[in-house]
Amino acid sequence: MKGLRKYRFLILRRLVQFTIMLLFFGANYLGWSLLKGDYSSATVLGSVKLSDPFAVLQTLATGFLVGTDILVSALIILFFYTLLSGRMFCSWVCPVNPVSDFVRWLRSKLTIKKKLVKLPGWVRYWVLGLSLILSLIFGVAAFEAISPIGFLHRAIIFGAGVGWPVVAVILFFDLGIVKNGWCGHLCPLGAFYSLIGNFGLLKVKHDVDKCTNCNKCFQVCPEKQVLSIVGVKSGLIISGECTNCARCIEVCDDSALKFSVRNMKKIKIFS
Amino acid sequence: MGNKGDKISRRGVLGKVTQGFAVLGFGGFLWGGALRDFSRADLVLRPPGALPEADFQKACIKCGQCVVACPYDSLVVAAPGDGVPNGTPHFIARDIPCYMCTDYPCIEECPSEALTVDMVTSDGKASINNAKMGLAVIHKESCIAYWGIQCDACYRACPLIGEAITLELEQNEQTKKHANIKPVVNSDACTGCGICEHVCVVEKAAIRVLPREIATGEVGAHYLKSWDESDENRIRSIKEKKESNGDIHSTLDYLNNLDGLIDE
Repeated sequence: MKGLRKYRFLILRRLVQFTIMLLFFGANYLGWSLLKGDYSSATVLGSVKLSDPFAVLQTLATGFLVGTDILVSALIILFFYTLLSGRMFCSWVCPVNPVSDFVRWLRSKLTIKKKLVKLPGWVRYWVLGLSLILSLIFGVAAFEAISPIGFLHRAIIFGAGVGWPVVAVILFFDLGIVKNGWCGHLCPLGAFYSLIGNFGLLKVKHDVDKCTNCNKCFQVCPEKQVLSIVGVKSGLIISGECTNCARCIEVCDDSALKFSVRNMKKIKIFS
Repeated sequence: MGNKGDKISRRGVLGKVTQGFAVLGFGGFLWGGALRDFSRADLVLRPPGALPEADFQKACIKCGQCVVACPYDSLVVAAPGDGVPNGTPHFIARDIPCYMCTDYPCIEECPSEALTVDMVTSDGKASINNAKMGLAVIHKESCIAYWGIQCDACYRACPLIGEAITLELEQNEQTKKHANIKPVVNSDACTGCGICEHVCVVEKAAIRVLPREIATGEVGAHYLKSWDESDENRIRSIKEKKESNGDIHSTLDYLNNLDGLIDE
């Protein structure tokens, strides 16, 4: 059981990811009504509508006046991820995450260390900004039109084309060109949820007194820059770029990391 | 970016700004080019109640709920390479046409108002018969009814039989005894459901549904039905093109003044 404990959050995440995908798939092919639609917009039990707030933001950027229904459905999701912490979508829901995680695992097994290209951390925010500008210019939701997340989930849920070329592109890009390239450097949806994550309440807490500087958390973390306080001082991993994947929590042998709820009064914007 | 020890020089700032714009430009032009291609939708049939194509593409969030709702599996989610903006719903009439459900579940399920009841509402009444998904067009040379062989498959299958497709009789020039029974599409009534195309008996359908944008012409302001009062309104709604600043009088004088006919 000790071994399994080291993967408890990973197993839970895969379960959540798989269940959501299965429910969408079942709604299309088997007529289930628990969760109908896809990751862009969905209906729960035929009544509550939920939408991707970034997709709706792009729609607004095209100049299309969206209806109240979809606006409310996007605000529900926005509120939900503000409560949790934005990028929990990335590590707990997004179908690209298993691909990205697999490549990181493969990189460590094959001991690929060389980065062909190193991208600075601000690139994803520029991609985010660019997607809104291009939505305005071209009159279509710019990221939704080319989103590999969309290609992949529609291939699985609706059989719209084949998903494996998308998986292959991300796989090869991350493996050969930029380490953690897609999820960690380019994806504007991840950037969007990073910004929201700055206001998030569910955060990982570090206790420096228990830390033995074993570095295990750094080895598993997909966004190492967020762990800057580890081994330095106690406190919350405050960066919105943390995906709350909880890999650091489960690999820590010293109980120096755990989930914690942030005191709402202390939220400093973009701290 | 930049080490702490770096001196900030004017040229350095200029370089950084230029580099920033270059990154944006590189990504923007590449991405924008892809968007132009990906949003081409020349020959696509949208579900009933769809907004005009440009607005539809802005509004559609690509959730596929109309596709899930379609009881006949007519609607499909466009895949990359289909020639339809990927992720958006459409149907291929020859495969499975729109069977025009009277309760239009696809429109009801749409969360983003890309499909809206307003688009199938006429004179305050919503009806699937007001849908304008496309327009059926007949290629006479491959329609066997036009040859003189009896076939009224499209006419019989049309949900608006006798309205959207009517039959026209004409003497068969070959036998002089029989009639050619020719199907004719009435574009005011045709919903573009594509059932005619689906049932057409020849190898490649002789009646095909095209997007209205492509299948219809436009007269413009130069011609008017003088016998039809309502046609005047059509002309009024067309904006008149402003004449260029060219001097009409000098042109007329030039033509009339051949050999100095006009006395100054």
